[in-house]
Amino acid sequence: MTVIVSQLFTGVSIGAVLLLIALGLSLTFGQMGVINMAHGEFIMAGAYTVFVLQKVITDAGWSLLVALPVAFAVAGLMGVLLEYLLIRRLYARPLDTLLVTWGVSLILQQLARDIFGAPNVQTRAPDSLTGNIKITDDLVLSNNRLFILTLALLAVLALTLTLRYTSLGRRMRAVVQNRDLAAVSGIPTGRVDRLTFFIGSGLAGVAGVALTLLGPIGPTMGTNVIIDAFLVVVAGGIGHLKGSVIVAFALGTLQSLVEYSTTVSVAKVGVFVAIVAFLQWRPQGLFTLRTRSLA
Amino acid sequence: MKTGMRLSWRAGLGFAVGAAVLFAVAPVALSDFRLSLLAKYLCLAMVAVGIGLAWGRGGLLTLGQGVFFGLGGYAMAMHMKLADAGPGEMPDFMQLYGQLDALPWWWRPFANPAFALPATVLLPMLVAFLLGSLVFRRRVRGAYFAILSQALAAAMAILLIGQQGTTGGTNGLTDFQGFFGYDLDDPVNQRMVYFIVAGVLLLLLALCRQLMQSRYGELLVAVRDSEERVRFLGYDPANVKLVAYVTAAGMAGLAGALFVPAVGIINPALIGIVPSIEFVIGVAVGGRASLLGPVLGAVAVAWARTTLSEEFPAAWTYLQGLLFVLVVAFLPGGLASVARLVRRRRRPPPDPAPVSPAPVLTQEVTA
Repeated sequence: MTVIVSQLFTGVSIGAVLLLIALGLSLTFGQMGVINMAHGEFIMAGAYTVFVLQKVITDAGWSLLVALPVAFAVAGLMGVLLEYLLIRRLYARPLDTLLVTWGVSLILQQLARDIFGAPNVQTRAPDSLTGNIKITDDLVLSNNRLFILTLALLAVLALTLTLRYTSLGRRMRAVVQNRDLAAVSGIPTGRVDRLTFFIGSGLAGVAGVALTLLGPIGPTMGTNVIIDAFLVVVAGGIGHLKGSVIVAFALGTLQSLVEYSTTVSVAKVGVFVAIVAFLQWRPQGLFTLRTRSLA
Repeated sequence: MKTGMRLSWRAGLGFAVGAAVLFAVAPVALSDFRLSLLAKYLCLAMVAVGIGLAWGRGGLLTLGQGVFFGLGGYAMAMHMKLADAGPGEMPDFMQLYGQLDALPWWWRPFANPAFALPATVLLPMLVAFLLGSLVFRRRVRGAYFAILSQALAAAMAILLIGQQGTTGGTNGLTDFQGFFGYDLDDPVNQRMVYFIVAGVLLLLLALCRQLMQSRYGELLVAVRDSEERVRFLGYDPANVKLVAYVTAAGMAGLAGALFVPAVGIINPALIGIVPSIEFVIGVAVGGRASLLGPVLGAVAVAWARTTLSEEFPAAWTYLQGLLFVLVVAFLPGGLASVARLVRRRRRPPPDPAPVSPAPVLTQEVTA
């Protein structure tokens, strides 16, 4: 019994990481339809932000707290720059956007290699996060996993509130639902796109900060996580955050349960098969935005 | 498309020139080492021909061709390993790891060339058929399809690495001695492999041209440009796409099968996410919707990679990234469209139909 509970907790914490990584994507891919393969490198930028900040701020706890907003800004600005320079021109060609941003991600990875070196680097975790909470003798929850879970839930909450109650959020939703109508209603769609992209990319930076708690960081860390994150958004359905939230935790749990009974590599394949099967049932993801578009 | 039919003598001439270059000029002009490199590039070009058909003509951005390349490659490699080991014996690497007492059951049929050779093509086609019919029939398309195909590549690479005892893990399968009884260390036999590769590439090009010129080819382009309209006309776009996807998979499988004797290795690093998407860049550079563009683009990119990455690995990565950005964003028709663009600028054509492909529509992503 405790084995199952502890595997479930592992699943939830894998899900929380997936969710943090996919949250920004569910905004840029889900809301705007932009496939940004460089999203993984924005995560990497967030992680390296912690690394750099720790050179200035020696206290690990403070550096982590300061890194959260700084990484958000760094990754967000990179996103805005990318949107302004390239993606803006490619809104009508989503598949080409995928390839172009893949090129950008190659360049960013090589930049990271040239600046920080090819080997992985390690950041210091604050002492308060290295410990565990013992619930029973068999069931031990690690602090950093709990921290990431809290961070993911806070990020979802903040994003939901922004989308639902602020004027920016209303504009973002209006542009998603009907771009032309939003434009003739006086919403500057170009600026809204850029702000959406800022927030989505900034969330990648926050995810990067969280990933520093789980292991070393390196130039290729983005590539390792990006596909899983896209699968979450694909299965969750575009235009809805709740789809991504549910799917992230479901996939995390599935992966941890399959992993427990077999191996990591089989679990990955299992997750892929599960998603293809799931898309047979709901080809447009868990939740879909009803539009009158034909396609 | 119609002009292509009328100019078929020109296609025949081009075919003859290509054959002359590959069979007469290259073997004389190039050293053994260069020739075997060219054989490798031509294998990659075969994958590109398939991608050109599926992506350029069909709008199916397949980012997982490495899977099919790998299936073909591993099928051939398993046969060659078993042939090297001799009947009843286990391949050297399995004895080395020493985890197994007997050959795994799924290795056994590959000892027979009558199974292994067709399997290099049919196995990839079967996988493509299964995935494609599941995905296309449910109208999963555009970016969704691209991401699924990429996830398949990731899953396959992870699976191969994880099963080290039976697949060779990260090292893959390598160190082959013979190719159907011919010693692979002998330069003469390496040349023979090159001639086989070149011949197969020409055959695939001819096949692809026939497909593109046929009624099916027109239907494929129609599905790319407006799937709903094709559906309203009474066709099933899922079947049209499936044929292109399965054909491309078969070509990639054949390419993988020939890559193994030509280069002497197959491993997960050749079939994961990164190599799979690298197949696409050559196609984009050359011109995705043209017949020869993908071939020339793939050979050029592979050649540039070998030349540059040895001396300046960092510079090559930057250049590759820039190629993706510049070509796809600003020259979506690839180099094949340059001549046409120049011609159009000089003399505006009477027919305003777009020449360069605009294969993706806004709706695809919201589908």
